Amino acid sequence: MPTYKLKINGVSKKIEATPDMPLLWALRDDLDMVGTKFGCGIGQCGACTVHIDGTAARSCLLQVSQLDGKEITTIEGLSPDGSHPVQQAWKEVDVPQCGYCQSGQIMTASAFLEKNPNPSREDIRSAMHGNICRCASYNRIENAVVKAAEKKMA
Amino acid sequence: MSSTIATGFSRRSFLRTSSLASGGMLIGFNLFTACKDNVKMPVDISKLNYNDFNAFIKISNEGMVTLFSPNPEIGQGVKTSMPMIIAEELDVLWENVNVLQGVLDTKNYQRQVAGGSQSIRFGWDALRQTGATARQMLVNAAAARWGVDASECSAKQGVITNAKGQTLGYGDVVKEAAKLQIPISEGAEGDESKSENPEFKDASAKEVAGKVKLKDPKDYTIIGTDTHNVDIDEIITGKPLYGMDYKVDGMVYANVLRPPSFGQQLESYDDTDAKAIPGVIDVIRIGAKGRGLLEKNRGNWSVKLGDTDKVVVIAESTWKAIQGKKAIKATWSNASEMESTESHDRDLIALLDGTEFTTLRKDGDVEKAFKEADKVIERTYESPFLPHNCMEPMNFFADVTETKVHLVGPIQTPESGAAAVADMLGRDVADVHCEMTRMGGGFGRRLYSDFVLEAAEISDAIRKPVKMVSSREDDMATGVYRPAIKYRIKASIKDGELTGYHLKEAAVGGNMYGLIPNFFPAGTLDNYQVDVASYKSNITTGAWRAPYTNFLSYAEQSFLDEIAEALEIDAVQMRLDLLQKVKGSEDERIQYSAERMEDVINLVVEKSGYRIPKEGVYQGFSAYYCHNTHVAEVADIVMENNQPVVKKVTVAVDCGIVVNPLGALNQIEGGVIDGVGHAMYSDFSFENGMPTSKNYDSYRLIRMREAPMVETHFVKNTLSPTGLGEPTLPPAGAAVSIALKKATGKRIYKQPFITSLLDKEIIG
Ligand code: FES
Ligand code: FES
Repeated sequence: MPTYKLKINGVSKKIEATPDMPLLWALRDDLDMVGTKFGCGIGQCGACTVHIDGTAARSCLLQVSQLDGKEITTIEGLSPDGSHPVQQAWKEVDVPQCGYCQSGQIMTASAFLEKNPNPSREDIRSAMHGNICRCASYNRIENAVVKAAEKKMA
Repeated sequence: MSSTIATGFSRRSFLRTSSLASGGMLIGFNLFTACKDNVKMPVDISKLNYNDFNAFIKISNEGMVTLFSPNPEIGQGVKTSMPMIIAEELDVLWENVNVLQGVLDTKNYQRQVAGGSQSIRFGWDALRQTGATARQMLVNAAAARWGVDASECSAKQGVITNAKGQTLGYGDVVKEAAKLQIPISEGAEGDESKSENPEFKDASAKEVAGKVKLKDPKDYTIIGTDTHNVDIDEIITGKPLYGMDYKVDGMVYANVLRPPSFGQQLESYDDTDAKAIPGVIDVIRIGAKGRGLLEKNRGNWSVKLGDTDKVVVIAESTWKAIQGKKAIKATWSNASEMESTESHDRDLIALLDGTEFTTLRKDGDVEKAFKEADKVIERTYESPFLPHNCMEPMNFFADVTETKVHLVGPIQTPESGAAAVADMLGRDVADVHCEMTRMGGGFGRRLYSDFVLEAAEISDAIRKPVKMVSSREDDMATGVYRPAIKYRIKASIKDGELTGYHLKEAAVGGNMYGLIPNFFPAGTLDNYQVDVASYKSNITTGAWRAPYTNFLSYAEQSFLDEIAEALEIDAVQMRLDLLQKVKGSEDERIQYSAERMEDVINLVVEKSGYRIPKEGVYQGFSAYYCHNTHVAEVADIVMENNQPVVKKVTVAVDCGIVVNPLGALNQIEGGVIDGVGHAMYSDFSFENGMPTSKNYDSYRLIRMREAPMVETHFVKNTLSPTGLGEPTLPPAGAAVSIALKKATGKRIYKQPFITSLLDKEIIG
């Protein structure tokens, strides 16, 4: 099996895998980074969202062979201690119910706020539309993104 | 408004204390035994040891408190709210409390089930009593140290103070407290602490008579305050919490190929291609053991797919297991009818048209009322099957060895799951150990333990630790479903009054049961009847968030709205008028309270501005009682580009004391949006025995842009708390359907609403 070098959260990791191995499963099963979640495997739910060079992407659709030289950020690397403004906003608003979708939500929101630091509620609703929350914590997700934007501006 | 607290709780024999070798005091209690009425203690309580308890409070020498929460967490917040209740009565600072998930013990308790919105309701008395008992023991210990009467001492936030103003921290007295007799509750009968067991009755126990007294709700400092989810830091940083995240050394992964259609059986399979995939370890066949159980008729956990053998791919990773499964070439035979949505529709309508009903409630004579009526209205309401779609797909870890069975994962019913595994493998249930993880959603799906049995059967076959994992497709296409149901409701009007009401239910798989026929509007009408009929299906059906009421509420509330229209009276006023008739009723079957229903109705009308017309906003009203909680909702719809958009839902809830408002609001918002989403968008059909949607590209769940803002108002009272995981869901779809009628001029009789509106070309 070929070996791939992945740069994850600033650290270089080597994994042996077939070229079509999705990043999601490399993270979860090979590298024991389970913060990135499996929801659908077909790019429809957003539970597996990570950042590739700062842009939100579905790790279930990315193959390890496509990621050479890319900076991969996962929920574990968003901040060392949960201090990222989006994580803090999530905590203050107490967003999670079951919590399973939330790392994907946080990764989508954090990439979005980098690109649009001062969004309207409509912008937020559009940006977060791709992430399913089966527990339907949508009101709080929206409020937490508003709060995170305020924190980043402050 | 009432201000009593329902207690009647006078037992404390479910408690036991001891000192810890590491210092501190441990209080074991059996929550689920303790909070049942008239429970028979399983064995002589004095002979119980710590293995017999399922929940613990640990107080360290430093005064830090660790609570082991016994109930599985599925996202409904009980892992936070139940410990809050103990901490309140114990009277400690919430900051000094640590909460851990308790481990299942399979003996001597009766309820460790997250479902039916009952956790808080059952736990309320027992949890308060436990916290208060522990507090009193600490006070008694301090009083003994000071040589004063316990009644002269008080405890607050982890500190005990006597009349002279001297203080001792809880940690200072835990050692002595652990040795004391367990004090009795005020009003308790007898002194059950006089145990014959010398170990249990500590010789040094002094006559410290301070009795356990529960706090007055007005003195609460933790209950009723916004408290964050106890797992919040782990969730936002992506720590392993869920079954999917669980891993041990040497563990392998398994993905199961189940029949594509319900009613099929495995004939043969070719695993050549699967085995050629690097990372695939083995391919095995399972099913015989699970079927053995089916024959013993332990049916409630089973999935119909268990009737057949299945092919299992064992691999080094989840991905390889799923890939391997896709490479299996299997042939299946049709062992039974291949059902379809068409056949379900036909058969359900035939049931409604037929005469084979079971009557669940009958008041007066509906037929006579219909005959004498000025006008009779009859409508049929239809709903599809629904999958649960827990965000975390079904999975379970099992490690079966010669002597022990270790199970770990997300399950709402660990007790029956472990028992079924013991039965299937022919093991003593004491050798089966089941640990619960946090659950990525439940919604009823994790009440069934088919996935636990599969994991155990696989591990038994390969004798390795294994995690059975499902893909989304496995989960959606081989699940347990909310059954397709049709309701036919017929009502009569005479002299401007509603005189008769006859509800018929036809369901695939099974019917409403229990108390549901005694919910509103039962009791308000002289002539009232509920009849049910169902037929057996190959497709597994079961509980789905707010079973039966999730759809029944829409049918009934929408129908009542239509009746109000026919009577030319205001829909809200009609509900209030009906409720008058049940006040003072001696019918003990009636489940809801007319007064509490009035409270939520009046509150929602006021807060939603229902009486004030708003340009372009269409409001639908519903009021419903289920899962012991009274709820009224008003949905606001606006039309945007000829599409109905649910902008807002105003909710009034009477759930008694709100233990954790922050958590409660989350549950309510989730329940309402879930109710709106499934009623509006989610469709699930069968062709050839097989679901036509298997993943989110073809199955629609509500998403951010469609989610209404939810505004919640609580009826404030000091009644015992009732559940919130389910009761706000049923009225949501109902309120939306009524608002849709106002927005489009058309009644909708079938879920999901969007599909109905498109089919009838009401929207473009
Ligand atoms: S798991 Fe990747 S989008 Fe759903
Ligand atoms: S919190 Fe449960 S899926 Fe989002």
